[in-house]
Order: sequence, then C-alpha cells, then structure tokens
Amino acid sequence: MNVVVSRREFAAGLGGIVVAFTLAPRLLVETALAQQPAPLPGSLANNRMLDAWIRIHADGDATVCMGKVELGQGAVTALAQIAAEELDLPLARLHLISGDTEKTPNEGVTSGSQSIEYGGVALRLAGAQVREILVDLAAKRLGADATTLTVADGVISAPDGRKVSYGDLARDADLHREVSGKARPKPSSTHTIVGKPIERLDIPGKVTGGVAYVQDLRLPGMAHGRVVRPPQYGAKLQTIDEAAVKAMPGVVAVVRDGSFLGVIAEREEQAIKASVALAKSAKWAAGPPLPDQAGIYDLLLSLPAEAKVISEKQAALPDDVRVFEATYRRPYTAHASIGPSCAVAEFKDGKMTVWTHSQGVFPLRGNLAMGLKLPADKVHCIHAEGSGCYGHNAADDVALDAALLARAAPGGRPVRVQWMRGDEFGWEPFGPAMVIKTKAALSPQGRVVDWNFDVFSNTHSTRPSEPGGNNLLSSWYLADPQPPAPPRTIPQPAGGGDRNAIPLYDFPRQRVVNHFIKEMPLRVSALRTLGAYANVFATESFFDELALAANADPVAFRLAHLKDPRARAVIEAVARKADWKPGEKGDGSRGRGIGFAKYKTLATYVAVIAEVEVDRATGKVSVPRAWAAVDSGQIINPDGLANQMEGGIVQSASWTLKEEVRFDRDGIKSRDWLGYPILTMPEAPKVEVVLIDRPDEKPLGSGEGAQGPAVAAIANAFAAATGKRLRDLPLSPDRVKAALG
Amino acid sequence: MAVSLKVNGAARSVPAEPDTPLLYVLRNDLALNAAKFGCGLAQCGACTVLVDGKPVRSCITEVGSVGESEVTTLEGLGTVDKPHPLQKAFIEEQAAQCGYCIAGMMMSAKALLDVNPHPSEADVRQGLADNLCRCGTHNRIIRAVLKASHAMGRT
Repeated sequence: MNVVVSRREFAAGLGGIVVAFTLAPRLLVETALAQQPAPLPGSLANNRMLDAWIRIHADGDATVCMGKVELGQGAVTALAQIAAEELDLPLARLHLISGDTEKTPNEGVTSGSQSIEYGGVALRLAGAQVREILVDLAAKRLGADATTLTVADGVISAPDGRKVSYGDLARDADLHREVSGKARPKPSSTHTIVGKPIERLDIPGKVTGGVAYVQDLRLPGMAHGRVVRPPQYGAKLQTIDEAAVKAMPGVVAVVRDGSFLGVIAEREEQAIKASVALAKSAKWAAGPPLPDQAGIYDLLLSLPAEAKVISEKQAALPDDVRVFEATYRRPYTAHASIGPSCAVAEFKDGKMTVWTHSQGVFPLRGNLAMGLKLPADKVHCIHAEGSGCYGHNAADDVALDAALLARAAPGGRPVRVQWMRGDEFGWEPFGPAMVIKTKAALSPQGRVVDWNFDVFSNTHSTRPSEPGGNNLLSSWYLADPQPPAPPRTIPQPAGGGDRNAIPLYDFPRQRVVNHFIKEMPLRVSALRTLGAYANVFATESFFDELALAANADPVAFRLAHLKDPRARAVIEAVARKADWKPGEKGDGSRGRGIGFAKYKTLATYVAVIAEVEVDRATGKVSVPRAWAAVDSGQIINPDGLANQMEGGIVQSASWTLKEEVRFDRDGIKSRDWLGYPILTMPEAPKVEVVLIDRPDEKPLGSGEGAQGPAVAAIANAFAAATGKRLRDLPLSPDRVKAALG
Repeated sequence: MAVSLKVNGAARSVPAEPDTPLLYVLRNDLALNAAKFGCGLAQCGACTVLVDGKPVRSCITEVGSVGESEVTTLEGLGTVDKPHPLQKAFIEEQAAQCGYCIAGMMMSAKALLDVNPHPSEADVRQGLADNLCRCGTHNRIIRAVLKASHAMGRT
C-alpha cells in the first residue's frame, strides 16, 4: 500500500500516486551478453535498477518503493528511516509505496524477519547512491568540490553559503541506472533518524479511524461477496438451491465453479444471509476423514519421512557418561488473526486488480493468474494492510475468492470478500504439529559431550511462492481443479521444520536430523518462526534437564557451553535485568526459567527469563513477568524493536499456555475464540526488555526472535516451580494436573 | 427500508433493514472505519462502540434496536489533529502493532475511564478482559490507558 507521510494524499485512499517508469533493467539486458552482472546484496540482487527503489521529484520530495510490506510489525517505518537517513531528507518528505506488482521491486514474501536485512540494505545502498548522484550534480552546478558540500533536509550547501535543492537537481539526476552497490552509506555515528525511536507512520490513522486496512476499501459500485466452504477438507459439492438464494434481497449473483461456491450481494449483511442460506441448501459428498487428534503424533511418526542429517560433529564418546533421552511435542497452532482475511477485486477490460494483505504480492499474482487462467501481466496485486497475520494465513486464499467472484460480477463491479470467523479458523493453514526426539550424554565433569536431535515435521511453507502447483485454497475446488505445489522443506541454514534445530552450544559431538514428512493430515504452512518455536522449546528444555542432572545453575550451564560473545552477552544481560540468583529454586508453585536462541542460528540473539505461577488446584499456569535481552545488530528503531520483543513474548506465552487446534474425524473443531482461546489482557505477562545496540554490525530482523526463547523460559520456569517437566505443549490445566498428581 | 440513528452527535438515516448488525451500517453506510469485524459472535471486541456511553458489540447489535440512543465510535473521540487524550496516549505509547483490535480496545477503555477515571493497572486489565489482541501489544495498551487517565485527571 502507499503510506504518504505528509497525509496530504492519505485522503485519496489506497490507490496512491501513479508514476510512469519502468522496472525493466534496460542497461542490464543490453550488457547481459557481454558480462555477468556483479552480485548485489539483499533485495538489490533481483531488483538492480536504482529508480525502481527511489525517485526524486521536482519539489525535492522522494518516492521510495519497497517490495516488503507492513504487517503491523513496523517494517515500513523502519525501512523509511533507513531511506530518509541516507537521502538526508526528513521522513515527512518521503512518499512510500509498498507491495505493488506494477510499482515496486519484487522482494518476494515479507517473512522470516528479513525486511530489515534484505530490504533495508537495498534502501541503504540505493539511498546512498542517489545522494551521491545529487551531490555530484550540485558540485558541478556550484562549481565546488563535492567533498566540501553538506546536505541537510534535501538542500545541498557549499562552504560559501550557496545552496541548491534536490528539487533543483531532480530533472538532471539520471536514476535510471543500475545500483552500483559501491555508494558509501553514512557512518552510524552521524545518524539522526536511524537508531531513533521514531513514531510509527501508521499508528495515528489506526487510532483515529483513518483508512488503514484493505477491509476499509470502498470502491465505487462495490458489491459484497461471501464464499460457502465445504463441511470439511476435500468435500465435493453435489447440489444447491440456487433459485431460492437468487431470490433473496440484494443478491446479485450466485457463483459456482465445481465445488467453489460463492454469492455476491449489494450489501454485506445480505451477502452473509445469502451465504448462510446457500450453505443450508448445499449437499456435499464428504471428504476423507481426518485422523483422530489423540493419535496425531503417532500418526506423524508413522508416515514416510525423508531423513537428512543437517549437522554432524564426530568425537570419541567417553564411556563414563550418563545418557538422557526425551521427546517434545507441539500441536497444530492457528495464526488466529483478529480480523478474518479480506480482499477486494475488480475485473475490468480483461485485467484483474486485487487489493490484498498478502505477504507476497508477486507470488500471489502468479497463483492468481494460474487460478484465473490469465497471463500474469493481466493480474495486478496491490498490498493494503490487514489484521496481523503472523505468517501464511488465509490472506492469499481470500484474494482468489474475491477474484473469482469479481470475474463473475455483472458489469465488472468490484467485489469485497471477508471470510467469516469460523472459516478463518477452519480453513487457514496451521502451524504444523511437530515431534522432537532428543538424546544427550553428560560427562562426569558436567559437560554435554553428545547431542542428538531428531525433528519430525511437515513442510512449513505452502505459500503461493512454491513452484509446481497452485497453493490457493479455492483453486483445488474448481470444476477444473489445480493441484497444490508439491511440499518442499526450506533448506538450511534458515531451515523450515528444522529451523533452529542446530544448537549454538559447543558440543564436541552432535547429530541433528531433519525428518521431513510430505503427507499433511491437516493443511499447514508458515506460522511465525516456522520450526524454531518448537526446536528452541525442545533444545532449551532438554538443556535445562541436563543442567539439573549436572547440578548446575541454568544460566551458568549455558554460559559454560557458549563461546559466541554476543550470545553470552544477551544471557548475561537478561540475568542482570531479572536479578537472577545462581541456583535459585522454585517454591512448588512459583519459579523462574531461562531460554535462549540465536534466531535461525544466524540472526537476532534473544534471551528471556520468565516467571510462572502454578495454581496446583486448577492446573492453571500463568506468567506474571518476563524479561528479555536482544541483540539484533544495529538498531534501526529502538521502540519498534522493543515492541517486537514484547509482542513476541506475549504471543509465545499464548501459544505455550493455551493454544491447540482441535479436530476430529469430521473436520476442524476450533471455529471461534471459545474453541481456540488465546491469552487475555489480565493474563498477559509484564515484559521488560534490554536492547543491546551494535551500531557497527548489520541490522537484523526481530519479529521472530523472542518466541522460541519465551516458550523455553516458560517451560523451564514451570519445571523450576514444580519440579515436574512438561514436554507436551500447551501447558494446559489437564496436563499440569496430571503431571502434579 | 430506512433506519434512523444518532452517531457521533449527528442524526443519520441509512437504507438498511432493522435487523442489520450496527457494525455494517457504521462501516459500509456511514464509512466509519474504526469498528472492525472480528468474529461476529461478540467474542473478540474488535467491533466495540458506545451506545449511550455503554460498550456494546456492534457485530451483534441490531441497528433497529438502537433507537434514539447515542452511538459513539472511535471517530467521535477525536482526530489526528485534535486527538482525545486516549488517542494521544496510544500514539505516545506506540500502543499498536497491526492495530486491528485497537479501536475496540480504545472504546472499551473509554467506557472504563468514564466510570472509573483513576483505574489501577488491575482495573485496566479487567476492563479490557473481553477485548482480544493477537500481536501481544497488551503492555503498551495498559500503559496507554493509564497514561490517558492521568492526562484526563489533570485537565
């Protein structure tokens, strides 16, 4: 979507300014035969033209284009800070366009805490180069040495006081060229925007009822659509009473294509009523039964799996060791966005335009084109914010629903579709259930001398970006159905199910195996952190079990096995902040625990200490307080980083204490907030965060850094409080009561 | 069929059936964005507005039942240029991530502060117990409501 910081164009809605330019790297094509292009870092690698990122206007303002999008994580503000810093322009003079298949660079999917690392480096280098080009032009114009010029707020000044503005130079600045990658960004010591707690650009609109979300779009002539979902996965539509529904007030059309069934009406409540009537009249042939929930982990372990050793270290195993084994499990977990997914689509002159809160407008365009049987250049996807998604929820699916209805809408009327609550829970792709088997050996000296870690999981991405099929839900139900892409696992070092399966601890001997299960009993995809949440839970729980067996303090035991100074620093910092007492013990109902991880084993370092209280009578576990320390390299926006840490910990506490998708043989049973409770305001832990700034390190993403350490800290705190170890999530009252006897 | 109602101090008439949920009238007929569809089941609080000062779930409140009552939405509190103390505090505390729940949170907070101008932290948590937030912004929301209560106490 567009964020116009000055708000002067905000009133125009989400359509935004149209600037004619081409993304085609003309120079690149011309020189491609002659030489291989030099590699460029981050998102520049696939978006090499400077004016695809930044353009300067006659009034001296800049348009900044980003392929990364705002999901509520503050990415657009942070990216704008980076661009403004390098351009020496105030934030208010940037016009931001993000996530538009016809206007912005293709940065793939906004996921994996990569917006700052990939999009940020691109804007930093592009911004620095644009500034250099303008300064060089100014030097010529002023007849001055470029090194003597200073820049402030888009005005370039010579030592003698003469000035020229970016606006004066805009016409002569040739930005339609490749990014050199050689421009020198400003040293961090001179930063005035980066590293500052700049207020988020999107929050004023959100707290005053401004147009902020795709849900708020109202296009001229827009109708409302709803889709009738089958009773369970794979059910086939037999008959409907179309005539009766068509006769209902406001109904514009009933749309059926195979087992895809929807309705369009003048008003939203009419579309909902009509969809309820349609659902009542529809006869379905049942789909295949789901497995029993009680046996789901055994089923997963029994399915064929591709085993791959992802880390192995060989060393002689002493024969006087003690060997420990444990198995950890994590259930299917819902994204559970507060707002059900929504999209608006318009089919006009053979071209489909879709406003979407997808995390990846370019991959979505590909799957939409496939589903609609249109060439990709006849599909235009424009990002507009939705409710927070926390990974691959139904955002992409509803875009196809809206497009299918818009294609059938009389007169090319735009159609807005929002899923109902029960469909959002019932049809979103869940975070996969996982099993982790661990086995380790402890030397008499209290050191871990052998570590075995086996992860069993489905894929953690069935996004539209996967090749070889269509991953949009409704495409599977069309009369001419399109099969989904075959599941793949995301390779190391980032990993999918095996994300964070390789420990950061220094073990002389280790073996980590990823068992990738292709068959998916339930629909699954990317949930924030992918496998890291479960793997850090297992790693850090087991490590605490070993610390206990070694009669060692959990903090000291970690430090004793860690060389990485940045890892040690976050653990030491959180221990200080929480006033951790070496050897501190729980009292039967209250205790504290620590968890640590370097996200993806290659990015942000986070350590969390949590305090839990256990009501032994009811089995209810609460987390009154948590502390965290984070090192995400150079901090772009300290308040934004703190916000991500606080949010990650609270969300992880919710997953850990409460969340589990319910299902039986007939289908998904968690269909509303009573069937899928999440943490409430009275239950949320108080969180204190220590930020460790490393201005000379590269900036890293933080949206997923805290969830793994938080679950581990909570599980370890439960064990410290009660002396009992829970290895199955969530830490529900039933499990707690069973464990405590 | 037309229904009349009073929203943010103005008399409005909308072409809706009386059994239409107030939420759709606010959003679609009156172009008021703040109240959100979250569940349609009165479970999440994203659609919260005030009717005669009391918080109601507009997703299950029939517009025909509102009658002469005063409906207040977040838009009725203030604007970006003239924010209500709650809006100012939510901006200062950066008390939003995706922000989808925030309008409902703020209207529940408004209702709380109207009856309890100086709530304790526990009062704020309890007052917002039926409003769900998924991003984990709870701490900031609590801080913002407490800050607003202090600011309002000074004026």
